[in-house]
Amino acid sequence: MIPDIGLIALIIAFGLSVYATLLSVNGGMSKRPDWVASARNAIVAVFALLTISVLSVVYSLNALDFSQAYVADVSSRAMSPFLRITALWGGQQGSVLFWAWLMAGFVAVVVIRKWDADRELMPYVMFVAMLTTTFFVGVVVFITNPFTKMWLVPGAQDLVIAIFQPLNGQQYIPADGSGLNPLLRHFGMIGHPPTTYLGFTGFVIPFSFAIAALMKNDTSSDQWIRTVRRWTLVAWIFLSIGLILGGRWAYDVLGWGGFWGWDPVENAMLMPWLTGTAFLHSVMMTEKRGMLKKWNILLIILTYSLSLFGTFITRTGVIGSVHAFSKTALGPAFLIFISITFLGAMTLLMMRWSSLKAEHELESLFSREAAFVLQNMLFLAITIAVLWGTVFPLITELFTNTKITVGPPYFKKVTGPMFLALITLMGITPMLAWRRQAVNKLLSRLAVPLSGALIMAVARALINPKSPAISLFSIAMVTFVTISILAEFWRGTQIRMSTRGENPFTALIKLVINNRRRFGGYIIHLGVIMIALGFIGDAFYKQETQGTLSAGESLTIGEYSLRFDGLEGYMGSDGREIVEASTVLFKDGQQVKVLKPRRDYFVVQQQPVSIAGVYSTAGEDVYILLVGWESISNQSSTFKIYVNPLINWVWIGGFVLALGVLIGTWSQARGRSEATYSLKNQPEDGAVPAPAAAPSIGD
Amino acid sequence: MTEINPEPVDQTTPVEPAPNRIWSTTGRLVVVFLVVGLIALLAWGLVQAEKTPLEEGMAPDFTLTSFDGRTYTLSDLRGNVVIINFWASWCPPCREEAAYLERTWRKYKDKGVIFIGVDYADAEKPALAYIDEFDITYFNGPDLGTRISQSYNIKGVPETYYVAKDGTLRGNHIGPLFEPELDNRIDELLSEPYTK
Amino acid sequence: MTKNKFLLLVLFAALASLFITAKVYAQDPAPTPASATVPSDNEVNLVAKKLYCPVCPNTPLDVCETQACKDWRAQIRDQLASGWTEKEVMDYFVTQYGERVLAEPERGGFTSLVWMLPLLIVALGLVFVGLVLKSWRASRLSRPLVQTESQTGTGIPKQILDKIEAEIRKVD
Repeated sequence: MIPDIGLIALIIAFGLSVYATLLSVNGGMSKRPDWVASARNAIVAVFALLTISVLSVVYSLNALDFSQAYVADVSSRAMSPFLRITALWGGQQGSVLFWAWLMAGFVAVVVIRKWDADRELMPYVMFVAMLTTTFFVGVVVFITNPFTKMWLVPGAQDLVIAIFQPLNGQQYIPADGSGLNPLLRHFGMIGHPPTTYLGFTGFVIPFSFAIAALMKNDTSSDQWIRTVRRWTLVAWIFLSIGLILGGRWAYDVLGWGGFWGWDPVENAMLMPWLTGTAFLHSVMMTEKRGMLKKWNILLIILTYSLSLFGTFITRTGVIGSVHAFSKTALGPAFLIFISITFLGAMTLLMMRWSSLKAEHELESLFSREAAFVLQNMLFLAITIAVLWGTVFPLITELFTNTKITVGPPYFKKVTGPMFLALITLMGITPMLAWRRQAVNKLLSRLAVPLSGALIMAVARALINPKSPAISLFSIAMVTFVTISILAEFWRGTQIRMSTRGENPFTALIKLVINNRRRFGGYIIHLGVIMIALGFIGDAFYKQETQGTLSAGESLTIGEYSLRFDGLEGYMGSDGREIVEASTVLFKDGQQVKVLKPRRDYFVVQQQPVSIAGVYSTAGEDVYILLVGWESISNQSSTFKIYVNPLINWVWIGGFVLALGVLIGTWSQARGRSEATYSLKNQPEDGAVPAPAAAPSIGD
Repeated sequence: MTEINPEPVDQTTPVEPAPNRIWSTTGRLVVVFLVVGLIALLAWGLVQAEKTPLEEGMAPDFTLTSFDGRTYTLSDLRGNVVIINFWASWCPPCREEAAYLERTWRKYKDKGVIFIGVDYADAEKPALAYIDEFDITYFNGPDLGTRISQSYNIKGVPETYYVAKDGTLRGNHIGPLFEPELDNRIDELLSEPYTK
Repeated sequence: MTKNKFLLLVLFAALASLFITAKVYAQDPAPTPASATVPSDNEVNLVAKKLYCPVCPNTPLDVCETQACKDWRAQIRDQLASGWTEKEVMDYFVTQYGERVLAEPERGGFTSLVWMLPLLIVALGLVFVGLVLKSWRASRLSRPLVQTESQTGTGIPKQILDKIEAEIRKVD
């Protein structure tokens, strides 16, 4: 009964999506506001219907309705209600429905809000956004439908999966479901799909606005850029968090002591993040100086297409998969849709190319404009390098009929220096003025951060003389950026203190609150630096060791030593067999922590899961894996220890990132961020005054 | 330092710079070519990814060197029914069929049937130990470079492929074989006439 | 102008040196010769790190936990104990399981393309950026007001400022 309601709601939603798509664009072109209004209602209805559909799936998952093939696939009696609900996005069909639902939700929000400023564009925005939504809903209805049931058909070797009863088929209802893959039962994997999808679908909105502007041929106005600024930031932070959660999951669950493996699926998510970040910055150029209009549109088109491409790679196993995927039309459908939308968008851009007039003028190569252009080029270069490395195995297979692997060594060596260059730019650009930066002023601003950087690098080299040059350079750059960002806070606080007599604390708070966009940006950059720190620790300073111990023996690494005390085997909840080791970690001879690394084996799914014992501090993680054992009674076990310096800064950085976005998107009074061309007036309310003003990132 | 130039701004210096030089037609064509190329590559990749284990047509030829140094080339075995079995020592289901395979081999070995065991992605020691354990006497060799398994599009182990006397593939069996399926299929294939 | 160009060159040199240090760093330290005694787990892992599990998707051989991988690591241990060099072990793996077992594609032949393209991209990118920036400079209108970082109160009456602002807006 409930699944039927869900299915019907889904089908009607599809119909209404098609309706909204067609009517909105027609209404826009024929200037029929009543049609546009009808499309608007349809969009809201689509979201409501998809909500019903989603709720019905969630209900079935929780109620363990095993007549549903999807429920039997991802849910099971042993799972807690919370897990059963999150299993909505644990399998192919549910996750595509989830995506479609989020997409519809975003479009609904866009059409419900006030759109006076974008009245001309809205019909086309609705068209593009609903085109995407219709595609996803269509895929759910026709290709990966979560409302299929299982049927026993005489003569067929396997169960037939279909919505409607096949001839002579009898419904098959298993006693229990397979349950969510044990590897996925982790907060990282529970949070990762929703945040990632929110990121991808969020970027569809700026894309829709960009295409709408092109369609309307109204490219003299940049209003759409202001409208989408918040959308872009929100989409970006969700995508960033999605990446971080994925990394956290890999770290906790996959048991190889790292969090980023340059796997094709990881790269698939990274690429739209890269172009999305570039887009975030280049729209700032357009807002401030009216430049890079064409480039903006190109970037958002790339972000959109790369998001879809990412999903395509992940779900079809085109690249880097050994497993067989059941033949569905998902792959071809996605490939066709991506091709059509990308080529269509690019064609439109080419057609409007000359009308995208921009006021491109550069006064000096030492200016923020030049730095932004360089930064954008670097982002795009990294994206292309990652794309190239990801598809290269396919190219090699095509031309030489050999399968190869392009692994982390390639990606690290190629993108590492470019990321480093980006970080350096991140530190220098706030010191560069728009239009022209006087070089002597630049040098004086650089003095303190650079000296700090040099000191840190030298210190590091003294502590660890074997550090490779590039690691020292990385540390230097990270220090440089941190000091230069903190200097902005310092300078602003100082000025407020001296001009207004506030105490440091109040001055700092008020400074940030009155310049949310700018200081939000600084905080985001600080978050990025923290994450970079984590990557630097992982790339250059990681240590590992492995050894077999009998009870009582110890394994040493650096200043740590691990004593093995004993092995224990027992049955866990939800049907897993556990072998657990008791170990004690010592640092410089002092006992630090009792750790219990273990290996779980989920009998039903035949899935082993390794759970590390971890000792975490701000400086590093000591990560201990139980790798093997002779037999439980024998008590001789093999352990692997990783020392991961600075890794926790990745997670801390994630929080700081979110905080920065929160501050940056919190509405500031409209007037402040507007007039692109007005001269810098004297500040009205005590914002950083012009004379000693540092050029701002986003006033 | 700062200059004010109050000339009226009706100079006809074009606002549009000359980046058309950069974005010339050839540039656009290159981009289009690259994009279309990428799409074609992905389409090809999709087709590759969805290829299933072979079931018909001429059985892809190969030369296999056994663990004890002998070689067999598939095309040299025309006139015989050939059973190709892909296995690995680390594969539990392979063990379920190992004894049955060896029994069947001994039953048919002088009747014009040849068994070839292709060891997929295995280490030598455990592979030899596996052969020892099940006292396997039919021809077995490692699939160097995993080329043979790639040419048959195997998706896992164990998989068994039936080759008729004329060298054509007559279907496969995914997963372990159980009595009497292999016997039946061999009898079928043996009953076919064959002229050179 | 010359000073700017010089500084640009310095920045460029810094960027270039990044790549060079990356390449230098990227060269692996010479592998320690295999000892006559049983190689430690760490020595095995050093080699296994450079290989991928032939049957698991995207899993390096030193972290893979399947029985097959354990067998492979045991095989590496035996080979190292018999005096094989790291290269010999890796070549053996390639012969046995195909090139995809290497984490890093070999430098010769077709696969060298994977390395060349990023260099090409960066070079082209820098050229492109240079050209774009140059053309922007060339098209610069003589602006009525140049706003530099060191602008102080200009002492210009407000009406003229307003007029100038209006004219700037009119340009578009």
